Amino acid sequence: MERALITHGHSDHARPGHGLVMATPQTLAIMQARYGDGFASQTLTLNYGSSIARDGVEITLVPAGHVLGSAQAVVRWRGLTMVVSGDYKRRRDPTCAPFEPVACEVFITEATFGLPVFRHPPDTGEIESLLSSVRQFPERTHVVGAYSLGKAQRVIALLREAGWEAPIHVHGALDRMNALYVGFGVELGPLAPATGLPKAALAGQIVIAPPSALSTPWARRLADPVDAFASGWMAVRARVRQRGVELPLVISDHADWDELTATLIELAPSEVWITHGREEALGRWCDLAGQPWKALTLAGFEDEAD
Amino acid sequence: MRAFAHLLDRLSLSASRNAKLTLVSDFLRQTPDPERGWAFAVLTGSLALDAAKPALLRRLVESRVDAILFAWSYDYVGDLAETVALIWPAKPGANREPDLSEVVDTLSGASKAEAPALIEAWLDALDAIGRWALLKLLTGGLRVGLSARLAKQAAADFGGVAVGEIEEIWHALAPPYGDLFLWLDGRAERPSVETPGRFRPVMLAQALDPKDDFPKLDPADYAAEWKWDGVRVQAVNEGGVRRLYSRTGEDMGAAFPDVLAALEFDGVIDGELLVRRGEGIGSFGELQQRLNRKSTSSRLTTDFPAGVRAYDLLLEGQTDLRGLRFAERRLRLESFIDRLDPAAIDLSPLQAFSTWDDLAALRAAPPAGDPAKAEGMMLKRWDSTYQPGRPKGPWFKWKRDPMRVDAVLMYAQRGHGKRSGYYSDYTFGVWREDAAGARSLTPVGKAYFGFTDEELKQLDAFVRNHTIERFGPVRAVRADEDFGLVLEVAFEGLQRSTRHKSGLAMRFPRIGRIRWDKPSREADELATLERILGGG
Repeated sequence: MERALITHGHSDHARPGHGLVMATPQTLAIMQARYGDGFASQTLTLNYGSSIARDGVEITLVPAGHVLGSAQAVVRWRGLTMVVSGDYKRRRDPTCAPFEPVACEVFITEATFGLPVFRHPPDTGEIESLLSSVRQFPERTHVVGAYSLGKAQRVIALLREAGWEAPIHVHGALDRMNALYVGFGVELGPLAPATGLPKAALAGQIVIAPPSALSTPWARRLADPVDAFASGWMAVRARVRQRGVELPLVISDHADWDELTATLIELAPSEVWITHGREEALGRWCDLAGQPWKALTLAGFEDEAD
Repeated sequence: MRAFAHLLDRLSLSASRNAKLTLVSDFLRQTPDPERGWAFAVLTGSLALDAAKPALLRRLVESRVDAILFAWSYDYVGDLAETVALIWPAKPGANREPDLSEVVDTLSGASKAEAPALIEAWLDALDAIGRWALLKLLTGGLRVGLSARLAKQAAADFGGVAVGEIEEIWHALAPPYGDLFLWLDGRAERPSVETPGRFRPVMLAQALDPKDDFPKLDPADYAAEWKWDGVRVQAVNEGGVRRLYSRTGEDMGAAFPDVLAALEFDGVIDGELLVRRGEGIGSFGELQQRLNRKSTSSRLTTDFPAGVRAYDLLLEGQTDLRGLRFAERRLRLESFIDRLDPAAIDLSPLQAFSTWDDLAALRAAPPAGDPAKAEGMMLKRWDSTYQPGRPKGPWFKWKRDPMRVDAVLMYAQRGHGKRSGYYSDYTFGVWREDAAGARSLTPVGKAYFGFTDEELKQLDAFVRNHTIERFGPVRAVRADEDFGLVLEVAFEGLQRSTRHKSGLAMRFPRIGRIRWDKPSREADELATLERILGGG
């Protein structure tokens, strides 16, 4: 694209090769870390709350609460306000700014977890079940599969809040993003590599790794690992079994069913456009609630993360 | 209920035996009575709460959730109880979370008509995992991959006692097992077992290693008999109390009324439960038709009549024989059996031999008839008393050599825990010819042991290098007439099975050898297995 406004750094939303890229400073830094200096021919930094105008259209970025730097784009034109929320969640997340509701006529919502079976439990309980398993199996390594942008850092930060002070071992593929988060002032505490240690040294330890590393030859260095996976999909047992996960942690960076529907009730836009997931079920909810809606088909890429 | 629900959740996702033992024994340590007792009853299969049918679940959930949203959700989740557990919109200000004891107590006092309202209120009070556990319990659909035996082992670990000590008194205990846990906590003596008809812990044999053991053993010290291929049982009639116990003390009587009816004696027999027909004993597969049932039907007892083949006599009238030598017990057993109906209870005959070579010859070529169906031989010291457990020395089992077949590796699945990162579960197949004469591989079994750590690495590398397709954690490997890895699979027997495409199921399959040298097209054919099945 000649000009691209990027809501956040996940690879299904942020691709290299555009002309001018407009995004928050965090998102630009994430794109640079992932794709290198030449990821765009030109960049424009938009802080939360600041606007850019062109041809009578004004765009403002406000926090979406999804991952570090994630933003909703508030588009204003002739008194009409449209909010492109991107991916979002409504819960507290120590690693990013909280979602900011903006009154609007048109609200474009994601629907990744747009089925009423997706009702993420409080993350404190999920972290507690991880820590209690670590106490119960001190001879084993707990390896938590977590997406490298957002989820990994959130899990680390939640572990710190829950009082886990020991170094957390991380897979090398997470190093760059962890450093970037720390650079933006997110405290992750002491991190250590998961490589180069004898198995016994990793007993009783927590290792964070990209989900693709679970049960691969990389995991052979761990002590009889307990495979955990932090994802909203872990609410459904068939998904847990399919991945061979022993300890599912239902921790998601997307709004669950209750958050999606509560957001629509709160904003009560004249029209909701639903995209990115299970449009039909959230649409059914809108029908029952008398909320006008339509499905929005976007050209895009497969979702990278939950 | 929360702790129990989380225990069930963890158990259902843990593959390792040790992990399951830890989970259950920690739960028993941390949970008060009577909650842990009711939970233990569920885990040992002693308590079934079949209080809800799927239709009731649907009715409850559709009173709260749009039917279309529910249908789409059910489609996605694929399990009714789980869908209801996840989707259930609790009413705000819900009740106190019930514990399992409360659920059991309340349901036992409630009428059928009251059950739906009770269930609804409990669903409101529980979290999603609690709702899942409750609904699985109520619909009788709980599967967490834990045997009653393993649950008892966990209780034994927690109490620091031998599992045999629990098994010995198990039949006399009832949920919620207050007296059992008082004892396991170290706060009371072991509950009394002086009840008539009680279970007596079974004596088991060590596996014989002919090379190491025979040079040290004198054939004159040992009696030999066939090791029959059924289920080891203890048949009891003590002052009119009739019981049929498995070797772990489970009461199997309800599924074998024909056997109970045949216990026309006063005493306790140790023997093998077998399908018995005029022409001889049936296969293990036939006996299996009658196992693991809560009751039986007249069709089953007619098609698969069962009886006991006696090995030993533990109690004769009031006299406990377990302290006597095997030679004396055997004499008493022979005259004891003489008085019974041989169609239902007969004697396992001793085999004469003077050297170990004689015995090896007999084992290698058993005479036609029942011995040809035996699992191997048993050796018992003439002077051995009957000791519970598996003492080293007095008794040996010398199993028949396993059957072997050369099969081709077709699929491999990743392991977990210590095998995390390795493709360690192997599905293998043999050649089958279709009507047009074309040959293709058909899966006949799955094995995940029998190989060394070094061989595991080689197999894993083979799988990774020859993957042709992936399905989640499973890989299909190249296996055709021109290329494939041949595995020599050892197994203990074959049964007909409708669950497998080949129509066969193997008992205890394991990898005997990896035949790196053998071309895949020379692996065995399904017809070979069919012949084994026909012959056995």
